[in-house]
Amino acid sequence: MHLDKTEISLIGVAVATALAAQLSPDWLVFTLTLAISTALVVMGVVMLMRAGLVSFGQGLFYCLGGYAVGLGGRFLGITDALLLIGLGVIVTVAVAMILGLLMTRYREIFFAMLSLAFSMILYGILVKSHGLGSTDGFGVVDWTLLWLESETADGANMALLLAIGLALTIALFLNRYFKSSIGLACEAIRENEVRVEYMGISRQQVLYINYVLAAAVGSVGGSMTALAAGHVDPTLAYWTVSGEFVFIALLGGTGHVAAPFIAALIFTLVRTYAVELAPNAWQMILGIVLLLIILFLPKGIWSLFTRKKGAAS
Amino acid sequence: MLTVWAILIDGFIYASWLFLVAAGLTVIYGVMRILNMAHGSLYALGAYAAASALGLYYAGGGDQLWMAFVIIAVCAITIGAITGLAIERGLLRLMYGRDEILMLIITFAVLLILEDVMKLIWGTTPYFAYQPYAAMGRINIDVLTVSRYDLMVLVVSIVIGASLWFWLERTRIGKILRSIIHDREISQAMGVNVERMFTITFMIGATLGAIAGGITAPIISVVPGIGIEVIVLAFAVVVTGGLGSITGAAIGAIIVGLARATSIHTMPELELFIIYAVMAAVLVFRPHGLFGQAVARKI
Amino acid sequence: MKTTQQPRTWQHVLFSATTSIFLASAGLLGLAANASAQDSFKVGFVTFLSGGASGPFGVPASQGAKLVVKAINEGTLPAPYDSQGVNGLSLQMVEVDEAGGPTKQVEEYRNLVQRQNVNAVIGYISSGDCLAIAPVAEEMETFTIAFDCGTSRMFEELDSPKYVFRTGLDAVADNVGAARYLAETHGDAKRIAGIQQNYAWGQDSWQDFTLAMEQLMPEAEIVNNQTPQIFQGSYGTEISALQTRRPDIVHSSMWGGDMESFVAQANARGLLSQATALLTTGESGLHRFDGQAPNGTIIGGRGPFGGFMPENDLSEWFSKAYEEEHGIPPSYPASKAAQAILALKYAADNSGADGVPSSEQLAAALKGAEFPSVSGTVNMGLSDGHQAVQPMLYGEYHFEDGKAELRNVKSYPGDCVSAPDGYNAQEWIKAGFPDSSCD
Repeated sequence: MHLDKTEISLIGVAVATALAAQLSPDWLVFTLTLAISTALVVMGVVMLMRAGLVSFGQGLFYCLGGYAVGLGGRFLGITDALLLIGLGVIVTVAVAMILGLLMTRYREIFFAMLSLAFSMILYGILVKSHGLGSTDGFGVVDWTLLWLESETADGANMALLLAIGLALTIALFLNRYFKSSIGLACEAIRENEVRVEYMGISRQQVLYINYVLAAAVGSVGGSMTALAAGHVDPTLAYWTVSGEFVFIALLGGTGHVAAPFIAALIFTLVRTYAVELAPNAWQMILGIVLLLIILFLPKGIWSLFTRKKGAAS
Repeated sequence: MLTVWAILIDGFIYASWLFLVAAGLTVIYGVMRILNMAHGSLYALGAYAAASALGLYYAGGGDQLWMAFVIIAVCAITIGAITGLAIERGLLRLMYGRDEILMLIITFAVLLILEDVMKLIWGTTPYFAYQPYAAMGRINIDVLTVSRYDLMVLVVSIVIGASLWFWLERTRIGKILRSIIHDREISQAMGVNVERMFTITFMIGATLGAIAGGITAPIISVVPGIGIEVIVLAFAVVVTGGLGSITGAAIGAIIVGLARATSIHTMPELELFIIYAVMAAVLVFRPHGLFGQAVARKI
Repeated sequence: MKTTQQPRTWQHVLFSATTSIFLASAGLLGLAANASAQDSFKVGFVTFLSGGASGPFGVPASQGAKLVVKAINEGTLPAPYDSQGVNGLSLQMVEVDEAGGPTKQVEEYRNLVQRQNVNAVIGYISSGDCLAIAPVAEEMETFTIAFDCGTSRMFEELDSPKYVFRTGLDAVADNVGAARYLAETHGDAKRIAGIQQNYAWGQDSWQDFTLAMEQLMPEAEIVNNQTPQIFQGSYGTEISALQTRRPDIVHSSMWGGDMESFVAQANARGLLSQATALLTTGESGLHRFDGQAPNGTIIGGRGPFGGFMPENDLSEWFSKAYEEEHGIPPSYPASKAAQAILALKYAADNSGADGVPSSEQLAAALKGAEFPSVSGTVNMGLSDGHQAVQPMLYGEYHFEDGKAELRNVKSYPGDCVSAPDGYNAQEWIKAGFPDSSCD
């Protein structure tokens, strides 16, 4: 298989991160795991953004992935992390395939609000599920990865390595996907969907596939968060969480598969240091940082890494 | 029968409050195409300003009801107009022409900042300016009671709705605004000062948000975070009714209000879903909301 | 059409380098924190500093904790806490905002322990946060005290806890106590209604309360329960729905601003002259209702806290010092936070450690201990010595001549309102409170 330069460097960065993590303090390992999981969901948001759609309800799939891990461990007795993640993907794809039939008919703010509505309906159902702990949520069982056990040895490190592995696989796939005919058709739809139809491509079909894929990626992020944090609760589906994903997506920009990862890491670190340094004003710090980035890096943080700034359209 | 009456009364009272909250949002969106997340902060600012001023007034021995309303109005209008002006001139002006979603995120950042600014000014202790609500008393209908203050909110809401409609449909400035809604570039070419109209619109929208907060202050206890709670509600109403339409916001508010009251009186456990279920149901059949207009797609 | 750009190799070098520098600097910051000298004891204090729970709970709790920490460092507390510092070390408190949900709190907890190197963590108002933090605390072997959260699932789901303690009571005690108070003072009430915030706390409270009512007042009928959203603020429709059911008693576990709003609106609408309200967390409004709650409203303070504190040297000192600094008497979250800090000082002073006590030493000292506190003597008698047993108190609100006070206060001993070890709380209520003693 021939690898292009982006792919080689993605693999390189993944290996470097995995190695660096062995020397990093434990809190950073955990923060990094969460940032990567978040980045996966953001990746789904970016996929939709490339097609001109902004989802304020990606928390729906994030939450489905998380709850699949929690419920699969608790009621089905599954402990293998990969099986749990797979279960989440299956459930999510099934839901997304139904919702997608409806969602792909909507654009702009209506897409955003309808996705928000569905995510909030799931939130409402979970809040009403007293047996599942309502808003308190419940703990995720101790998981295993193939033959390794998370509880023994270095669970946090194992979660990180799993996250890196999954993220790398997904990033490599999406890197090809963005350049495939369907990935390019998504961008064409964003620019002008009527012309896309004239060219004999079904925009409905393209958007549908893109929507379902984005949902699956979001689900993996949710499952990974649940495995790392060891707890799931309905907040995962709350609209502010979805809003945060959109925020990070814009922060990174849609230019490259690596952008969401960098943006998520920066977002997480800014927030955790803001919470530590100014427990009473961290929201303000976050808001100001985001405004500054929007003002000075309109194409997202990724534009720092590309030479020809904003040379597009 | 009692329940039916209760549903109607509660539904319309709640709808009037929803309309007050949503009106500013829909005016700003209609003219400027900005879905203003910071609307929730303006609501909270209005509530904080009114509640703290009322607190001072009553602590100073005042007990005139009309004075309380003057205080609410003055506080809300002042803080709404000033904050609106500051946000529009200081920030949004630099961003016009950007993506609709980017504008939404910018207002979200403003919301985050204002949340903490309010905390720095007013602290976190709840403000509790119940006096006007208690002083106006209630009307008894069998076992049901209706607060006169709630009825007054209903009247204020109708007055504001009617004035907005009149302003947009029957005045010169309203005509100019409608021309901007219709086609921003052509109106600019025809000599309309679009930027100034934007400033005016944003100030009016922001003030409406602050008024909604100010008038709600005596009903609730004003705590940090109330702004965030109302935004999604306001969004749901506005999207259900059709973005940018005053009539739409009114009808959306009535539908959501009645649906919610019905659910609370008959199936209280469904209350959390009902608003989103109504919004989803309306959007399934009317993809642009009840009074929204489909935009022609460019070719 | 946007052209997909192919970044060049050097850009990737730049990118990797930036990332590495970023990671390295973050790591260094972590190491820098390591370097702090160990002549002090560092405690992380986690409570709501933003959002709707900050005003009524988070900030008073933080103020209460700070007050006690300051007095500990000055050595000005009454006996037996009159020694300076904890185990002779100065006590340093790091504050963290509890907002953001359990996942974020797990992250912040790890940051506290691994980056800021705190020796112990005290905090958590939200039950969801407690449930998520408890297993992490055990995993990281860090002495942790939950001071307020009320879920009865916390120790049920934690297998043989070692490092996690709770110095406050759970919601079961609140609601069993409420039902006992009703049975004793309003035995003739026939129609019971409720209004709870729509989340776990409200649902659990209502479940425990109705189960206890079936046992204690089987004649009374449950006529309605409203579940408005949390932080909704205006309850007009809910109040009408309650009025149409004509209740005698309205039970509510709503707290903070929501509770105050509900009381003011229900009073103005006349609901509270038709029915008596029973507010399980009403004490936080004791000095704020200002007569807006009718006399005779039943209020609780989640145990012997706030206005329910018994008279002893510690509570007198605490009330006086708090009122001097903040202008109002301490509410129950402030006293509960103070109690948790006192528990820490007790554990540290009795750890027998030379210098900074380890988490194991602290846990061994607090396990099953009885320590004096602002709420009287606290007995860590449940969940294998990790959960406090304390009496539950309810009383009636009375407002006269501009002063609020509690009347007709009744106290139910800990064994009377909390399930003994080995019982699931709900099963214990359904079985008719076996092994409880209420004398």
